[in-house]
Amino acid sequence: MHPLRTPIETISRRQWLQSSSLGLGSLALANLLASENSSNANTIAVPHFAPRAKRVIFLHMVGAPSQLDLFDHKPTLLRHDRQLCPESHLQGQRFAFLRGHPSLLGTQFRFRQHGDSGLEFSEVLPHLATVADDIAMVKTMQSEHFNHAPAQLFAQTGFGRFGRPPLGAWVSYGLGSENTDVPSFIVLITGSVAGAGNSLWGSGFLPTHHQGIEFRSQGDPVLFLSNPPGLRDADRQQVIANIKALNEAQLAQIGDPEIATRISQYELAYRMQTAVPEIMDLADEPKHIHALYGTQPEKVSFANNCLLARRLVERGVRFVQLYDQGWDHHGRVFDNLKKKCKQVDQPIAGLLKDLKQRGLLEETLVVWGAEFGRTPLLQSNGQFPGRDHHKEAFCIWMAGGGIQGGQAFGSTDELGYFPVNNPCHVNDWHATILHLLGVDHTKLTYKFQGRQFRLTDVGGQVLQPLIS
Amino acid sequence: MPLDQTPLTRGQIDHLRRWIEQGAHWPTNLDNTGDPKSTHWAYAVPVRPALPDAQHDDWPQNGIDSLVLAKLENHALAPSRKAKKSRLLRRLCFDLNGLPPRLSVVDEFLADQRPDHVARQVDRLLASPAYGEKWTRTWLDAARYADSNGYQADQFRSVWPFRDWVIDALNADMPFDQFTLEQLAGDLLPTPSLPQQIATGFHRLTTCNVEAGVDPEENRTNQVLERVNTTGTLWLGTSLACCQCHSHKYDPFTQQEYYQFFAFFNNTPLEVSGEGVQREFDGPKLELPLARHRAQALEHLQLSKTDLEKTLAEHSQTLEQQQATWEATLRKTLNTPVAPDKPGKTSVTQPLPTKIADVLAIARPERNPQQSKQLRKFYFDQDKTILKLRTQLQTVQQQIAANQPDTTLVMIEQPSPRSNAVFVRGNFLDRGKEVVATTPQVLHAWDPTWPRNRFGLAQWITSPANPLTARVVVNRWWSEFFGRGIVKTVDDFGTQGAPPSHPQLLDFLATELLQAAYSQKHLHRAIVSSATYQQSSRMSSRLLSEDPENKFYARGPRQRLPAEMIRDNALAISGLLVQKMHGAPIYPPQPQNIWRHVGRNAPKYEISSGEDRYRRGLYVVWRRSAPYPSFTTFDAPDRTSCVVQRASTNTPLQALVLLNDSTYVEMAFALAQRILNSGTDTTTVEKACFGFRLCLARHPEEKEIHQLVHFFEQQRSRLRADSDAVTELTQHRKFGGFDPVELSAWFFIAHTLLNLDETITK
Repeated sequence: MHPLRTPIETISRRQWLQSSSLGLGSLALANLLASENSSNANTIAVPHFAPRAKRVIFLHMVGAPSQLDLFDHKPTLLRHDRQLCPESHLQGQRFAFLRGHPSLLGTQFRFRQHGDSGLEFSEVLPHLATVADDIAMVKTMQSEHFNHAPAQLFAQTGFGRFGRPPLGAWVSYGLGSENTDVPSFIVLITGSVAGAGNSLWGSGFLPTHHQGIEFRSQGDPVLFLSNPPGLRDADRQQVIANIKALNEAQLAQIGDPEIATRISQYELAYRMQTAVPEIMDLADEPKHIHALYGTQPEKVSFANNCLLARRLVERGVRFVQLYDQGWDHHGRVFDNLKKKCKQVDQPIAGLLKDLKQRGLLEETLVVWGAEFGRTPLLQSNGQFPGRDHHKEAFCIWMAGGGIQGGQAFGSTDELGYFPVNNPCHVNDWHATILHLLGVDHTKLTYKFQGRQFRLTDVGGQVLQPLIS
Repeated sequence: MPLDQTPLTRGQIDHLRRWIEQGAHWPTNLDNTGDPKSTHWAYAVPVRPALPDAQHDDWPQNGIDSLVLAKLENHALAPSRKAKKSRLLRRLCFDLNGLPPRLSVVDEFLADQRPDHVARQVDRLLASPAYGEKWTRTWLDAARYADSNGYQADQFRSVWPFRDWVIDALNADMPFDQFTLEQLAGDLLPTPSLPQQIATGFHRLTTCNVEAGVDPEENRTNQVLERVNTTGTLWLGTSLACCQCHSHKYDPFTQQEYYQFFAFFNNTPLEVSGEGVQREFDGPKLELPLARHRAQALEHLQLSKTDLEKTLAEHSQTLEQQQATWEATLRKTLNTPVAPDKPGKTSVTQPLPTKIADVLAIARPERNPQQSKQLRKFYFDQDKTILKLRTQLQTVQQQIAANQPDTTLVMIEQPSPRSNAVFVRGNFLDRGKEVVATTPQVLHAWDPTWPRNRFGLAQWITSPANPLTARVVVNRWWSEFFGRGIVKTVDDFGTQGAPPSHPQLLDFLATELLQAAYSQKHLHRAIVSSATYQQSSRMSSRLLSEDPENKFYARGPRQRLPAEMIRDNALAISGLLVQKMHGAPIYPPQPQNIWRHVGRNAPKYEISSGEDRYRRGLYVVWRRSAPYPSFTTFDAPDRTSCVVQRASTNTPLQALVLLNDSTYVEMAFALAQRILNSGTDTTTVEKACFGFRLCLARHPEEKEIHQLVHFFEQQRSRLRADSDAVTELTQHRKFGGFDPVELSAWFFIAHTLLNLDETITK
């Protein structure tokens, strides 16, 4: 029954949605009619080949954790702890904070091999170590920038200044959404926002609907999702039905397909009002899942965001981007790392295990990384040792969809300063992620200001050894 | 690289391979494939076209129409009828002023039967100060205007006087060549006026990174690169950015020419300062003269400050003497120390803090400065007079700080020029061949009387011999009116851009601009006076199938309003809009926790009170890391780089803004009150009509008014029977003396009207 004709009875959202001809058919039509007023006639045909992964969860540790205290074990560095760094390593190097002739800083953590593969982890990541055989570790990632904001932009958009779309927006543009009730690119944040700000999940020059939508852990999960105070669900139905009737009258008169799209977007907005809070509500997760992630439903945490990430990919969200602030350890690097790892170790391992037990890991690519790494050099006084920003070699890892786990790719010198083989560029990293999604990174392009742009600019080699 | 071309043959690949093996030398002279001036339309100077004869010759109002009509007839299409008066007026008001027409104006217009009734409205709208505000927004996107630096922490900068300069320049119809000259090189005019210096803030609007350890020179180089690219896009319709790293693959610009162009902008000072690790945003600033009332206030405050300081000094002297006496007395009884009995009588019975007693035990001459200070502080802090004086002084100092002259960012030249070189592969540390400031060879010649600096460059750009600037500019304006440029790629007039759909129309407009001495208002008047613009925007199924994009203009434009205009429109409809112009940015309500940056000097969002909540979107503070959220939802850019055309998307998140953002709910309640205020003896139908016309200018169709009235009556009868619902809905709201049930029922109508597709569409 049409809601307009049942004005006073309150029907349930579900009934209403079922009754108002909002099947996929009308949405598909709306999408068909929707026009983008962009200056480009960009047509894309993807995937280019069979994808290994359908979705991505990208865990970005904002501030950049120390690879030397987590993954890249350097006994030689430890032997030379607090000795002056060899001159040869410092030629042409610039640092954010370090000045003068710096000393070396060895780790204070014990390393051990794990799993059948024998991948090395330090003692502060005991949970992650249990899934060692799922992880492909890259030890020789390099960045072109050593300041946070430019390096974050570089890690996400492949360009160290503003204006380009991030990976998530490219994936949304290339592959679209599997679920029309929720956006295809969703962002979850713990702590303050990273230095480069909302541009990290903007759309750059891509059409704006490819921008990431933040699902907030406090207040409305999506901005303006809740009805205004005092406006009940039945009122909302009535208002939308009346807007629709008037918009339809205008559509009949003017014939602009944008009006049809607008009508369907109001209906989709209404569906989101139900769908999003359902996704965000962790209370229906069983106890053993909470135990696995270490989540507490009422408490905002990185763990909650990991669990949410699983719930989102489960519902077909294409790209889930997590940011966790607090990894910029210029001082007290060991204490701080212990504290931070305690927050993320169990949830990340829990996420991998949970995806696996649900059969989702095979088609979900989990990516862990940061904008750069940290120096083998000591920063600040010996009492509170820290590490400066380091772009010459750092660790990132990937697991799941199409990844050959249980391997380390690339090695660094004895001090963990430079790669000695297989140096990887951020472009390579992006090319590999796109490849696993069935996308040829050289073919996913968008024309802007007279040029076909792509995420990997003019670079990028797929890191084949990482792929199973 | 062209993805849509056939792949290379084996022979071609071999050829390339051999070329690479031989060192891949790129020919320095790219012209040898033919003179681009004759092969690419955009590099030949526009010529005024002869106006064609067309069959439908009673239709054209001006040259635009003749050229449009010829094309229409070629495609066997006919123009649409003229838009209905109320729809046309609304379109004109949005396009020229960015605000909806007042109902009284609509009624006058409907009654006006004079033949020039449209022209009269156009004149009125072009003369309104709202015209400058409307067109400034577009320019601010292009100029990447924002109130913050971008990057880490994203601190504030003061450059809003530049925004006000643009408003005033557009309202004064400053010729576009002058508008260009003052922004690119106002500082290099013989005796630049204050506004001319403010105008140079244009190229200071680039982002700036002041993170720890940033290389100031690298930052400066990035800013210069960005200025080159923005200038190329805005005035030449050419992305020069490719040439930063290599000679252009398609367009006739070499890498060397890029750095020759770069040299014009490369004589600027560093904008990041600070030794060691800590960096600050710096660079030339201009202090603006204070308005007379503020200057007087400041003078008065300075006098108060001097007086207070004097009183404070005198009183301190007295206290110091008393302190000596107090110490002497107390030192005698150190075994049973007590606090001073005068002054600070309250503490008589309290024992002295141990620390103080310890200091007191030391003889005066033997105390170190810190100890003396400690004791003095303790004694002085007991004195109420001195505390009061200090508070007063602090207040005055704060007021003085708040009344300091405003500043704005400006551009200046370094006294001694920098040397310029090609950056090999775009790397600023890898300097190649030395170059001097020169413009690209493919474009018009340089006049040797021009100085080789930004001033000369601005003259070169606005020279009538320049084939690009006038075309690029009129095309951008055209796309603002029609939602689509004559050259669809408004940012690219190069060989890879779209060819013009109406080359003669583009040249007609470009030459018209030059003939009208670069008057923007003249061009805008010509466009909106055309029959092309004034057509109905109705889309028949034939038009929809034959010309879905409306590139032949067989119908009038119809587009969703841009972000700021959606809010301005709703404010105007609901009667809340405050049309105060100019000044520092405003902070209308936004959800909590949008500004979440932390770090040094991170600004805070403190919601404005009073009229600043209701001013136009143009004045809303623009923080690059987190722009005003509802604007972003309606496709506003982040203002980190030059944007000449916003996307126009249609998303569920936009519906959520208009349905649920407290700002729009507040407006709906205000509109409900406005409807109720429209008359005590009016009928429901009349009230609903009034609300409808406030939103859409036109009279409702029978079906539409029936829908609204029916909805109203349903709501009213429901709410009458459900007082809880009324209370929930109206708590914390102003009633304006109206019956809460009536107000609530009208709220639903207002809320519906503000959400209509037509309300947010021009």
